[in-house]
This record gives sequence, C-alpha cells and structure tokens, in this order.
Amino acid sequence: MATVTTAAPRIAVPGVLKHPVLRKLLLLALAAAILVPLANARWASGTWPAALTVDFTEPLTKASVWIIDNRDSHPLFLYFFGHISNAVVLAVRAVYLVLLAAGWAGVTAAASLVAWRVAGFRLAAGTGIAFLACGFLGMWIPTMQTLALMVVAVLASVAVGALLGLAAGLSDRMDRILRPVLDTMQVLPAYAYLLPVVLVFGMGVPAAVLATVVYAAPPMARLTALGLRGADKEVLEAVESLGTTARQRLLTARIPLARKELLLGLNQTIMMALSMAVIASVIGAGGLGDRVYQALGSVDVGAALAAGIPIVLLAVVLDRVTGAAGEALGDEPQPNGRARWAYALVAAVAVAVAGRLAGRLDWPDAWALNIAEPVNRAVDWMTDHLYSGVPVIGGTADWAAHFTTWVLDPVRDTLQWLPWWSVLLIVAALAWLIGTWRTALTAVLAMAAIGVLGVWEPSLDTLSQVLAAVAVTLVLGFATGIAAARSDRVERMLRPVLDVFQTMPQFVYLIPVVALFGVGRAPAVAAAVVYALPAVVRITTQGLRQVDPAALESARSLGATPAQQLRQVQLPLARPALLLAVNQGVVLVLAVVIIGSLVGGGALGYEVVAGLAQGDLATGLVAGAAIVCLGLMLDRVTQPTERRAKKGA
Amino acid sequence: MRFRTTAVVAGASSLLLLTGCGAADMTKQASPFANAQGVKTVTLSVQSWVGAQANVAVAQYLLEHELGYRVDTVQIDEVPAWDALSQGRVDALLEDWGHPEEEQRYVKDKKTIVPGGDLGVTGHIGWYVPTYFAKQHPDVTDWKNLNKYADRMRTAESGGKGQLMDGSPSYVTNDKALVNNLDLDYQVVFAGSEAAQITQIKQFAKEKKPFLTYWYSPQWLFKKVPMTEVKLPEYKEGCDADAEKVACAYPHTPLQKYLNADFAKSGGEAAALLKKFKWTTEDQNEVSLMIAEQKLSPEEAAKKWVDSHESTWKAWLS
Repeated sequence: MATVTTAAPRIAVPGVLKHPVLRKLLLLALAAAILVPLANARWASGTWPAALTVDFTEPLTKASVWIIDNRDSHPLFLYFFGHISNAVVLAVRAVYLVLLAAGWAGVTAAASLVAWRVAGFRLAAGTGIAFLACGFLGMWIPTMQTLALMVVAVLASVAVGALLGLAAGLSDRMDRILRPVLDTMQVLPAYAYLLPVVLVFGMGVPAAVLATVVYAAPPMARLTALGLRGADKEVLEAVESLGTTARQRLLTARIPLARKELLLGLNQTIMMALSMAVIASVIGAGGLGDRVYQALGSVDVGAALAAGIPIVLLAVVLDRVTGAAGEALGDEPQPNGRARWAYALVAAVAVAVAGRLAGRLDWPDAWALNIAEPVNRAVDWMTDHLYSGVPVIGGTADWAAHFTTWVLDPVRDTLQWLPWWSVLLIVAALAWLIGTWRTALTAVLAMAAIGVLGVWEPSLDTLSQVLAAVAVTLVLGFATGIAAARSDRVERMLRPVLDVFQTMPQFVYLIPVVALFGVGRAPAVAAAVVYALPAVVRITTQGLRQVDPAALESARSLGATPAQQLRQVQLPLARPALLLAVNQGVVLVLAVVIIGSLVGGGALGYEVVAGLAQGDLATGLVAGAAIVCLGLMLDRVTQPTERRAKKGA
Repeated sequence: MRFRTTAVVAGASSLLLLTGCGAADMTKQASPFANAQGVKTVTLSVQSWVGAQANVAVAQYLLEHELGYRVDTVQIDEVPAWDALSQGRVDALLEDWGHPEEEQRYVKDKKTIVPGGDLGVTGHIGWYVPTYFAKQHPDVTDWKNLNKYADRMRTAESGGKGQLMDGSPSYVTNDKALVNNLDLDYQVVFAGSEAAQITQIKQFAKEKKPFLTYWYSPQWLFKKVPMTEVKLPEYKEGCDADAEKVACAYPHTPLQKYLNADFAKSGGEAAALLKKFKWTTEDQNEVSLMIAEQKLSPEEAAKKWVDSHESTWKAWLS
C-alpha cells in the first residue's frame, strides 16, 4: 500500500532531524544516480533480471534425494540424527503414556492442584474447567498428544535456552556472537523453521519437536542472559567480598537474582512452543493442530473450532499459571508450603488411582458435546445471508472481493511493476531514515538475496499483503491505542481482551476468517490484522501514557485543545513507542500472512506448503529462505535506532 | 505436574542408557502415539479429498468395531505420505493416484512399501466446464476452442486471462505445463484445497456463470453440479513422461492401495482386511456424499454404509 511507504518517512522528519535526513537522502540519490544507469544498461529494468538469479533447484533436489536414499544406511543418520529422533520419540511416548495412565481425572486433578499451589484457587478452578472442556469437546486424546509433545519440547527448549543464556550471560564474547542471532531468530516467521528439519528427519513427531525447540529456545536464552547481566552490581560485590568462588557466586547470587527473568523466559518459551507445536501439524505433529489442519483443508469451521478451543484454553491456562508463578516469587514463602505440595501430590495420585479403579481412564464417549454441527449450521446461515448481497453494506465476501481488487491487486501490481533497483532504493532509504546505515545495508542485502533466489515476484506478492495488512493494523491499532490512552474505562475494558488475543497461537486466527471471508488473500490479511492488533494497541497505549505529564500540563495551560495536545505533544513525544509498534506490527503480520497460505493466501507461504505437499523440498527451501530474507528486511527497515542502544528485550 | 516431570527425567535417562551405543535407524521409528497401552493401533493416512476420507472412514469403522483396533488417522499429502509410509509412521495408504517415481524408489528399490492391491475404483482427472454452459456452447468441450472463451472465464485472481481453477497444490497436476504447451490464454489459479474449490464451483453454479476447472471422477459433486469434460489431446502411454513437455490428457488410473512392508507382514487381521478392501465407485460416492453434502461425520456415514452393505464387507473379513 502506497500510503505506508510514504507515511513512514513523514513520521521520520520532524524539524531537528532535517539536516541529517537530507544528507542521507542526498547521498542515496547520488549513489542511485551512478549505479542505476549502470544497472539499467547491464540488465533491463522491470522485474529482477534473470542473469542475477542463481538456480538452487538442482543441488537442493539432489541433496533431498540423497537424504531420502541414505536415511536408513548412512552413518551420519544411523549414529547421530537417528539417536536424536529416537530420543524424541521415546520421550514423547513416555510422557504420553504417563498422561494416558493418569487418565482424564488424574490429569485434570494434577493440573488443577499444581495451578492451586503456584497461582491460587481461582486459577486452579479455571485450569480444571479448561481441561474438562477439552474432554467435553471430544478432544481429550489430541489434547494429550499435543501436551506430551509440548512437555518434551519445552523441557528441551529450556535446557538449550538456559545453556545458551548462561554462556551469553557470563561471557561478553558469546554475548556479542549470540545476540544478533537470537534477535534475528525472534523476528522470523515460524514457517521458515519447518523445512530444514523435515529435510533431515522426514515428516513426523521428531521433526515437529525439533522445529518447536528451535523456535521456542531463543526467548529463554535472551532472558537468561538478560537476567544474569542485570543482577545488582552492589549485591554481587558484597557477595564477592565474602570470598566466594565464581561458581558459588553464580549459584547463590546471580541465578537467584535472575529468577524473575528466568520465569518470564519460561513463560515465553511455553507460549511459543504451543504456537509452534500447533503449526507443526503441517509436518506431522499430530494432536490438536492436526485436527485444525484437517478441518481447514475441508473448510469445516465447526470441527476446526472444536479443536481450536482447547488450544486457546491450554494457552490461557499455561500463560496465567506461569505468569502467576513469576509474580508470586517476591512474596514471603507461605508457612508449611512443602506440606501443601505433598497434599497436592497425594490428592492428584489418589484421583488418578480412583479413576483407574473405576475403569474410567478414557474420556467417556457419551460425555462429548458436539459443537461442530451447530457451528457449521451457523456458518452456513452466515454464508447464505451475510456472504453477499446484503443491502447497502454488501456481504463479507463482497468486502473481501473489493479489498482484493481495490487494495491488494493494485499494491501487488505496483510493487511488481516497479523496476527492481527502485525497490532496493526504497528499502535503503526507509531503513536508513529510520535506523542506521548498518540496518539499511542488511535490509538491502536481504532484499537482493530474495532476487538472487529467483522468487522476486511471489515475494513482492507476499510483501503487498504484508503492507496492506500493516496499514489496516496501524490505522485500527493507533485509533484504539489513542482511545485507550485517553480513557481509563476503555483501557480497563480492552485489557482482558488483549490479554486473551495475545496468548492465542497464530493458527487459531485462520478459523474465523475462513468462515467470514471464504478463501483467498483477503482472509489471510484479515487474520494477520487480528493477530497483530493487540500488540500494536498495547504499545501505542503505553507509549502515549508515558509521555511526560509536565509537557502535557504546559500545553494545556497554553490553551491547547485535546486534539492539539494529541497531535503536537503526545504523538511526537511517543514517537519511539509508535515506531516500535510499527516494527512489532510488521513482524507479527508477516508471520500470519505466511500461514495464510493455508487459506488461499498464495505467494511465498504457498510455495512452502506446496514444497511440503509435493515432497519438492527445493521449492520449499528456497521459499523458506526468501521468507527469512523478507522478515529480516521488514524488521531492519522498521527498526528504530533506539533498539540498538537499548539492551535486551 | 511433578510426577510427570519425574517420569520424563526417568524416561529420558533410561533412554539415554538404551540408545547410548549402536545404530538407530530413524526410518524404523513408529509414531510415539501408536500402540499406546497395549491397544492394537493402526495408523491410516487420509488425503484431503472426500473420496479418500470415505475409504478411511469405512476401513476405520470396520477395524474398530469388527476387529477391535484403535485407529489413528493422519492427514498427509500424497507425496509425503509415501515417505511416511516407508518409515512406518503410517501403516497404509488407501487411495493412490499414481506416483511412478515414488513407486520405483520405495516399492522396487528399497522394498519398504508393498502394493496392497486395487481399491476397485478407477480415477480420471480432466478439465471440466459446467453442463449448462456446454449446452449453450457445445464447441467449448474441445480444447482448441478454449481460447475463444477465455475472456468469459476471467476472475479477479486470474488477471487478464481466463481462469483454470486447480485444487490443492498437492494434487497430481500437469496444468501449468498444459496451458503453456497448448498455448492457451489461461492462468492456473489454485483454490488451495478441494473444499475451497467446491465452495467456488457451487458459487459459480448458483449464478450460472461459466468456469473451467481441474476436476476428477469419481466425485460426488457431479451429482450436484453436472459438469462436462473438455477434450484434451488424447492420452498415449508415456506422453506425460516429461513434466515440462506434457501436452496430452490425463490417463484413467485404477486407484491403488499401499501398505508398509513390515505392517503387511505382521499386521495380522488389520493388514488382511486392508488388503482385501475393495469397493466400487458407487459405494465410495455414496459415503462421500453423506460426508460432504449431508454433513454427517465420517463415522456416522461409515456406519450407515456398513449397515446396508453387509455382503460387501463380510468378504473382506474372511
């Protein structure tokens, strides 16, 4: 969308910055004036020149065929990957068997009692209800499969993340090496991680678990390092003066001091693992995600919802319980806490044994609540009545069609019509104006890499969807954020909604948009908007609220109207927060636009899915690499200079 | 959650001991969810189209209710399903539309997959236009006249060309090459899934609009939206050998079943049943129609069919 490309520099040009901005633009123009005619003469304008692409299809196809042919005979697979795969299978199986042996009553009781111990009575009740709801929806077995996969993936992520974090927290050199890697991993869409593991491990649970670990470990590593580095210097000095060894200092002071960050890391790791465990159904993870995936394949909204609700419930419960554990850390330990843990344990075992003796291990079939049928009837009614031909406002399908023809198509066509060098120039200019020459260089190189990979056109298609979605997200997000910043009531009403929306895995958003908008690019964009909105609203609200009250007061005393206050004081002062909101919005939107290929979004995400579906890993891997580059480019272009200077998070 | 963690720790350490040495062949590792608690489990691969769901629904119903198995179903696309079958992550594939390359690799070279016999249904892929349109313009059913109608088949997604609607990217298709090699003024647009394609076809049919679509028989939708096949250059053995140069119609394929080699040997009654499983196009359409059009759950649809066709399936059990 053209408005975004022009809007961004406008934000970036308040009076003080004028001269450096002009200088940067002049320099770029100079560089362009020299390079463009050269490029133009050498390779034609228009789309990315074929002479500059490298075809990776053949080596990649060869590699993938070699792997398939040698997977059961080559020592690398037999003695290394095979053991990893085997360990994952055995571990997941062990957890799954334990869960099944505990039966539904035992699992529910154990989960509630743990929630009671760490987070109090209300969350315990909520946890119990959530687990029972999974059973009532007829999803007990898939829920346990997802849970088993999650337990293994989270444990592995925490172990890997903590180790990396420890290294980065203790050694400056490791920190310098790891930080950019972790920063980058944080902004990449989940989809990009799927293909490499499939290539090595094939479809199935081991690949799913490993992709989840790769995706979920970085937050743990970042926060561990942050916690270790953020420890109070004076406390450390005091401990040192007591003549402790380095290891004692680490174990008795630095790690305990970093408890809060460690638990926050655990919380984030769990949430990301859940998100990924669901997406990994595309590569055979099974469980709840697979049910959603199957249902989306047949546009069966009811069945998708029946599997989607347990995912949401799991997400909310896990988030609240680990979050509450983090908050409770600072409190005084309760008297006889140990005894209560023992009671909880005994009670859980008692319930499990009782369930076993009663012969009620499996969730009774008779207790299933069939929501798929009524939901599908509602959706059918909606498609019949709201889809098209509603007087005056038109139907949802009409909106989707209009959005496609009036917004998505023109943006895509413009992007694909632009000469390739001009796209690079725009990227360079934006990135340099908002960030530093370093971010600009990374962005341009990433964009050029997309061209070299030979997926210029589909990437621009994806980019057009991202731009359209970001524009909508920012308009809605800023408006809501401003409203929430000005009125406490609005903020109070919004907070629980935002909380729930932010914890939901990306996959879940695809379900309602298919019901409303059918399939195509428009529903993919709609899902992306809904997913990115909470973060943008939240950051905007916080940014506006943190504006110095003295500045506002003086504006008010000068007789500025509320609109003037907002436009001339609050928004300029909240600029860093707004830029951060843009950055977050772009990263989140990209993640979902890619997944949107499952509902007809096409472009890069589609090539990944097609690569997986056709067993043609070369196509998939190239598209995956392009997604990585696109994510990198979008992040760097919108990356405010401040983030460099600020440490961590 | 504490005892869960201890179990994991115990499990993990014992497995480390177990696997510390020796080779581990990852192609022989079943799904961690299979055969839990000593229940005999069969894992079936379901493809995303309704016909395949119908096969699996009936097989699953019989395995569960007549033979006492627990059946896991996994949705895997056609080509990865071969890989999963070879690795034993699924036990059987009930409807394959012909993948010579995979057959060569897994059945003939590696011998990890064995053929499971005919499904009894013959599949055919082709290009179709709605019959109401073909009646008005009889010459549209020859590919040579398709360009004449290109502008009538235009949509928002196809740009300036006519739209040739394809289903899921995972289905067997030569359409992009065909459009290219036959010099057709058409753009292949993927609906993304069979269900999405059906939704679109129904929308078109409701408004009596013309459309051109990749479609296949047996398919229950023909009963709802009658469609006429467009004649493509005749299929000859081997004319589709080079994927880039295909310029002929799709063959008529007797659909095949495939089993994992180990499962075929030691799968007992389940393997025997799946090998004998054979029904007709009408049978499959009956079940598909119940699932897709009457919105019955696959299990209910299978039960209805099983109740009324005892003689057919009794033969599979003997």
